Amino acid sequence: MSPELINLIIQATGESLYMVGIAALLGTAFGLPLGVFLATSRKGELFSAPAVNRVLGIVVNATRSTPFIILVVAIIPFTRLVAGTSIGSTAAIVPLTIASTPFIARLVEAAIREVDGGLIETASSFGASPIQIVLKVLIPEALPGLLLALTLAVVSLLGYSAMVGAVGGGGLGDLGIRYGYQRFMPEMMLAVVVVLIALVQLVQSAGDYLARRVNRRLRQR
Amino acid sequence: MNAHQSLAIGQPLETLEAVSPAAPKADAMVRFEGVSKIYPAYRGKPGVNALQDIDFAIQRGSITGVIGRSGAGKSSLVRLINGLEKPTTGRVIVDNSDISALAGRELRLAQRSIGMIFQHFNLLSSRTAADNIALPLEIAGWAKADIKARVAELLALVGIADKHDRYPSELSGGQKQRVGIARALATRPSVLLSDEATSALDPQTTRAILDLLAKINRELGVTIVLITHEMSVVRQLAKEVVVLDAGHVVESGHVADIFTHPEHPITQSFLAEVIGDSLPVSLASRIVAEPSAGGQAVIRVQVRGAGAGDTLVARLARELSLDVSLLSARIDEIGGQHVGSLTLGIPGGEDAVTRALAWLSQYQFSAERLGYVA
Repeated sequence: MSPELINLIIQATGESLYMVGIAALLGTAFGLPLGVFLATSRKGELFSAPAVNRVLGIVVNATRSTPFIILVVAIIPFTRLVAGTSIGSTAAIVPLTIASTPFIARLVEAAIREVDGGLIETASSFGASPIQIVLKVLIPEALPGLLLALTLAVVSLLGYSAMVGAVGGGGLGDLGIRYGYQRFMPEMMLAVVVVLIALVQLVQSAGDYLARRVNRRLRQR
Repeated sequence: MNAHQSLAIGQPLETLEAVSPAAPKADAMVRFEGVSKIYPAYRGKPGVNALQDIDFAIQRGSITGVIGRSGAGKSSLVRLINGLEKPTTGRVIVDNSDISALAGRELRLAQRSIGMIFQHFNLLSSRTAADNIALPLEIAGWAKADIKARVAELLALVGIADKHDRYPSELSGGQKQRVGIARALATRPSVLLSDEATSALDPQTTRAILDLLAKINRELGVTIVLITHEMSVVRQLAKEVVVLDAGHVVESGHVADIFTHPEHPITQSFLAEVIGDSLPVSLASRIVAEPSAGGQAVIRVQVRGAGAGDTLVARLARELSLDVSLLSARIDEIGGQHVGSLTLGIPGGEDAVTRALAWLSQYQFSAERLGYVA
């Protein structure tokens, strides 16, 4: 493989990491509070607001059921408003963030709901405010689950990022389509797939390792 | 009440009048005034009258047992004391403030003076023993250095100073409960609620934890409320008891008084758990309804009170010249009072049994004829 092609792969890998990294950060920034709220706002819960909970649940489900490629195209005006342009890697971060936020929120909700309700009651009994309960009890206790959820989200984002080539987003998926498929370069397709597999393995192993590190429930000897 | 009156003698009359109505209230650490708790029907589940007409006081510095079967309303009662629930009617006064009227920040401040320990310990798995104990202090906004000093002090108090950096998963049940106790005491509460705190522990560990609670009560003067379904816990530790059944307080008072003269069937059944009311199998299987020649009548004598049963058999045998045999006996001590029963064999036919029963009733012993053995 020529140095030019290798450079293309390196550049595309950088674009993918950039898009996925920033989208994962933003998706977490929005998805974590949303997920915590979804997990604590049913009737009688910490931030009891059943109506808001239901509305947010519907919005989250609607976003998650929209196919990603349609979402990318459908929100182009919004993307232009936020990013100033609708093409390129930076613009692609907008749909990636919008797709990952509800996904992360649902994963966070599940992880938070795993925390023993007795701990919330315990913290309330010694006078903790709802915010303190979230920050000092729910999130630390759910941390192993939250890290695994984020790992899953990053892996999914890598998959989604392959589709933003459609709006000139670049990245590995775009490279694979344009060179591997359209220019019929099977070695390029293979290289892209190998890099993606390596990235996913790396992310998953790192996530598993971190989740194990913070899990104090069953200590490995 | 009595303590106050003796204190008031010799004081000017106006002081007496000013103090008098408030005095019994000041003595109570926790007071229920006409409390009921009704959970409304929800999503097809019928409503529940968890507690009704609850009126009682828990004295400052006491160890009070609240005993009841599951579903008697114990959990609701404890959640009313620490303000996690509001009574449907009535008031709950804790340390002279009406906790049922507080909300938000005021309630959270009041809750810091109420410690609580739980059946399943409820420790944070992500925090070490020391950090678990630090949690209520962090919540109360203590400075880091103060927290560190206080945590070390508490770990020593509960006897696990060496477990400072251990996670709950590395601790035994008894050690976890010690962490729970240290955490509950962290903010120097005036009352400690124990919600079935020993129900998940083995008998030896239970004993050790109850001893620790007694020490805390003695040394720190913390009022302890023991919520339990186990008579043995009340017997070992409590001086006062409140018996709860189907949402009502059916009996309350000194442990010794309540359990030497249990009136309500539920109290009697709790007592039976400790002293046993069944006969040994080998004896029970031999008892028949009709007397036989040369056989014995079997009578059971209830023993209640300090030293009550000590010389009973000897005196009965001597004064009536009967060869009384002791078939089975079980006597325990509750609140310094003897409680139990003796099963005696009386030979010599109907006349001897009648004399024996008459003699027992003369000395205020309650006795019953169970049957005859050959």
